[in-house]
Amino acid sequence: MAEHNLFLVLAFLPFATALILSTLAHDARRTATAFSVVSLIAGLGVLAGFLSAIQSGEVLDARLDWVPSVGLDLALRLDGFAWLFAALVLSIGVLVVIYAHYYMAHSDSLPRFLALMMAFTGAMQGILLSGNVLVMVVFWEMTSIMSFLLIGFWHGGAAARDGARTALTVTALGGLCLLVAMLMLGYAAGSHDLGTILRSGDAVRGHPLYGPILTLFLLAAFTKSAQFPFHFWLPGAMAAPTPVSAFLHSATMVKAGVFLLIRFSPVLGGTEAWFFAVTGAGVVTLLLGAVIALYRHDLKGLLAYSTISHLGLIVTLAGLGSPGAILAAIFHICNHAVFKASLFMAAGIVDHETGTRDMRRLGGLFRPMPFTATLAIVAAAAMAGVPLLNGFLSKEMFLAESVDWHNGTWLDNALPYLAVTASALSVAYSLRFIATVFFGPRSTSLPKTPHEPAAWMRRPVELLVFICLLVGMFPALTLGPVINSAARSVVGADMPYYTIAIWHGVNAPLMLSVIALGTGALIYALGAGAIARGPEGPPLIHRIRGQRVYETILFRLTWRLPRLALRWLATESLQPQMRLLVLAAIGAAMASLWGVLSFAPDLRLHAPNLAFGLLWVVGGLCAIGAAWQAKYHRFAALVLLGGAGAVTCLTYAWFSSPDLAVTQLLVEVVTTVLLLLGLRWLPKRRSEIVEDTLLPAKVRRGRDLVIAAIGGLGMAAVAFAVMTRPLISNVGDWFLGNAYYEGGGTNTVNVILVDFRAFDTFGEIAVLAIVGLTVYALLRRFRPAPESIAPPYQQMRVDSPSLDDYLHVPSVIMIWMFPLLIVVSAYFFFRGHDLPGGGFAAGVTLAIAFLIQYIGTNVRWVESRITVLPIRWMGFGLLGAVAVGMGAWVFGYPFLTAHARYIDIPLIGEVPAATALLFDIGVFATVVGAVVLMLVAVAHQSLRAGRIREQDLEDAADLRKEAS
Amino acid sequence: MEIILSLAIGVLSASGIWLVLRPRSFQVIVGLCLLSYAVNMFIFSMGRLTPGAPPIMPKGGFVDPTLYADPLPQALVLTAIVISFATTALFLVVLLASRGLTGTDHVDGKERSR
Repeated sequence: MAEHNLFLVLAFLPFATALILSTLAHDARRTATAFSVVSLIAGLGVLAGFLSAIQSGEVLDARLDWVPSVGLDLALRLDGFAWLFAALVLSIGVLVVIYAHYYMAHSDSLPRFLALMMAFTGAMQGILLSGNVLVMVVFWEMTSIMSFLLIGFWHGGAAARDGARTALTVTALGGLCLLVAMLMLGYAAGSHDLGTILRSGDAVRGHPLYGPILTLFLLAAFTKSAQFPFHFWLPGAMAAPTPVSAFLHSATMVKAGVFLLIRFSPVLGGTEAWFFAVTGAGVVTLLLGAVIALYRHDLKGLLAYSTISHLGLIVTLAGLGSPGAILAAIFHICNHAVFKASLFMAAGIVDHETGTRDMRRLGGLFRPMPFTATLAIVAAAAMAGVPLLNGFLSKEMFLAESVDWHNGTWLDNALPYLAVTASALSVAYSLRFIATVFFGPRSTSLPKTPHEPAAWMRRPVELLVFICLLVGMFPALTLGPVINSAARSVVGADMPYYTIAIWHGVNAPLMLSVIALGTGALIYALGAGAIARGPEGPPLIHRIRGQRVYETILFRLTWRLPRLALRWLATESLQPQMRLLVLAAIGAAMASLWGVLSFAPDLRLHAPNLAFGLLWVVGGLCAIGAAWQAKYHRFAALVLLGGAGAVTCLTYAWFSSPDLAVTQLLVEVVTTVLLLLGLRWLPKRRSEIVEDTLLPAKVRRGRDLVIAAIGGLGMAAVAFAVMTRPLISNVGDWFLGNAYYEGGGTNTVNVILVDFRAFDTFGEIAVLAIVGLTVYALLRRFRPAPESIAPPYQQMRVDSPSLDDYLHVPSVIMIWMFPLLIVVSAYFFFRGHDLPGGGFAAGVTLAIAFLIQYIGTNVRWVESRITVLPIRWMGFGLLGAVAVGMGAWVFGYPFLTAHARYIDIPLIGEVPAATALLFDIGVFATVVGAVVLMLVAVAHQSLRAGRIREQDLEDAADLRKEAS
Repeated sequence: MEIILSLAIGVLSASGIWLVLRPRSFQVIVGLCLLSYAVNMFIFSMGRLTPGAPPIMPKGGFVDPTLYADPLPQALVLTAIVISFATTALFLVVLLASRGLTGTDHVDGKERSR
């Protein structure tokens, strides 16, 4: 159990540290560094504790239930390979954190930076430790996001933003591929558990989905590990602070891709497709990266392309897949991490102390900074593969593997030559790095005078270089055992023990190494001058930049294509779109009803009632009249619309739904008032628009009339077909049966709203509140059209009697209605549960009570007497509803469970006192707030327009004064 | 009764559709109101017409659901009425803002170009 918990601590400690760091103050540099270092070292301590178990071939696991219902749990798994990798990540992490402490300027927020670093470390470690492939995908995506934030840490610069965006686009695309690949892999293997998948290689390779799985999987690994043709994001990521580069390029991020390749090589590898795809991509990247690195003038650019090249080497080995190759790959991962991290840090020191990274300007730095120079030279020699250094060993293992016969294909046969060429190139660029920066004439035009950096900035480099030497000289004593156990955990327990030795006698790999060293030196000796004078990149192909290709593609996809589609498919006019929408709706209805629409054999009809028929003659005429008059006689149309609404309301009453009738009537009132308030701001339309009488307009109207007629007929037909069928018993019966016992009310509609489906109602009032706020926000910026600012002509008449004069009696009545309406509102509210009424109706009634005051008098009069704070009403209502809902939790019920009972109050009698009533208060308050907010916001525009008018007059007066 | 109500729904929706396709924003807002009446009544009619059936139950006792009006469409329509008021308000304000910004009440923010 202790082991289990320690394992969880190991996995989540970096995230916890990141959270803590993100709360630290901007200048808490020491605290932040201390926290990070302690957390990373604690992680290393836990790993050290697991060492003996790992060495004996044990696989540790820990498991936390996450979504057990779909078989997704937070499974962690630690074997030799993951152990080695995690140790690498954490130890390089410690050094990078220490380095960053000295590297980052005081103006940068170090705690924020380290928080991101720690989160990134946690994500990277998560990939290594996850025991469920879906969890692995989550961590994988997390590294993409965290690296985006880290690369773009200096987001003030365009290069950092572009580099971060490119990295995110490429690696997140790979992440999506990985998700699909892992889902399919889990399907093929029958489980998403990593251990199970690793054991079911045969089943996966024989599965029909193997092709797609492999393709997507490789896309993910190649994008992350910057393999050709996805290599371009890595140099762009150089805009990151150097500690980030040192970390991303050595132990993390790009190594995640090769980790994945090696981890899954027993499952997916061993086929011809795997060999050609992986080794092929690896070899191309190996050579291309080395060539480009040789020609880069930017110090970090050279290192970036050399990283790409070395990743290509590791990928090539993963493609070969033999036990020796896997061992060599793992060994090279470690060695590369060590020397590349130290080289990046050294490059960072050079940049920090001289102010430039351009190798054409740098030179002769050995004199002013001998220690740094020595360290960098040793590290670069390790990169070149000089004997007695760690790089030599793994490179020689690579050469040995390339010479070994594998499958006899042309690629396998060509491998030794390609490997030697790449090694020679790597010698050449390492030489260039050393020779141009530290030797030669001392440069005079540097932005800063170079000198040795702070001692502690150099310490991490010293340690790493020391490891280069140590591993290089005593490989079998230092890394030998852990490398072997790591490779065994990948390949299988039957792998023989490989003793890593410096001297194997004079054999083919040694000869190749010597040839590579010699050729590399020759290449540099001959080409140095031409390279320094040449462009930033190899001749001929420097014009073809992956970055540019990517940008072109992205530009086409996100700029040209949408605009092209817009030009071909879209219109800026609303009418054609609406027409399409209506036609699509009609079409969809027709398609689904075609041949199916039939009327019931014996129609279930009620005898027509004359009064009801007459009612709808009026209602129909009102609707048609509104449609006819809405353009030129808005007020008439509004009245007619109200008529149609009133008839609708009566219809609800007629067919036994008093709740609907009440609500419809009240909403009708507010809608009409709202539209009336809006009419003021619309343009006057006295004379007919000439175009309307022309033929095209008539054609348009005719066409729309046909569409409308079809739509109306369709609605009528469907409504009739359904209404005349017998009612199928539905959930409504259940509501009727249970409303009283479960909901404690006899008005089923209200019980449904506030009890059975209270969560829906909660959503509704939230929508209402959002609309209210949106209306308010939109109107805050409202500027009326210039011709509407002047007061309406009724108010402009000189002898204009004020509103009070000709509406005095109605106005008094309206004011007196105020208390009455409040009582009506309360009445609606309290009877709601048992009789027609409820929160909605009561809310709208109270809103009308306020509204009438505004209509009867004027804004200023009302607001000097009553203060309505609609936003508070809404807030109180929403929060109250939530609180009532959460109250159910206290009693151990789900959200919004209501409790119902009747309370006997003296004088008043039995009152329903369900907690649903409290919820209804929330509904009520929100409705009042939202409705009042909307109406008052519209009504206030007159006042504001008045103010704008006054302002304009003053401005005009000022102008005149100035003119005179 | 069914015939009258279906015809009513038809007339309301035809007027609504016609108005929604018109170029002036006020026409569209009136059209949306009419459409919402039509659609609300359409949903309501899915519970069949029950003139004279009591909507409120007596206290206590299990009731026979067939004797009562179907409460489900009513509950749906009740919230639909309030929400359609909210959308009308929102649309009105967008209309006003557009009119203030562009100086026209055409739905496209500019008069039809010939």
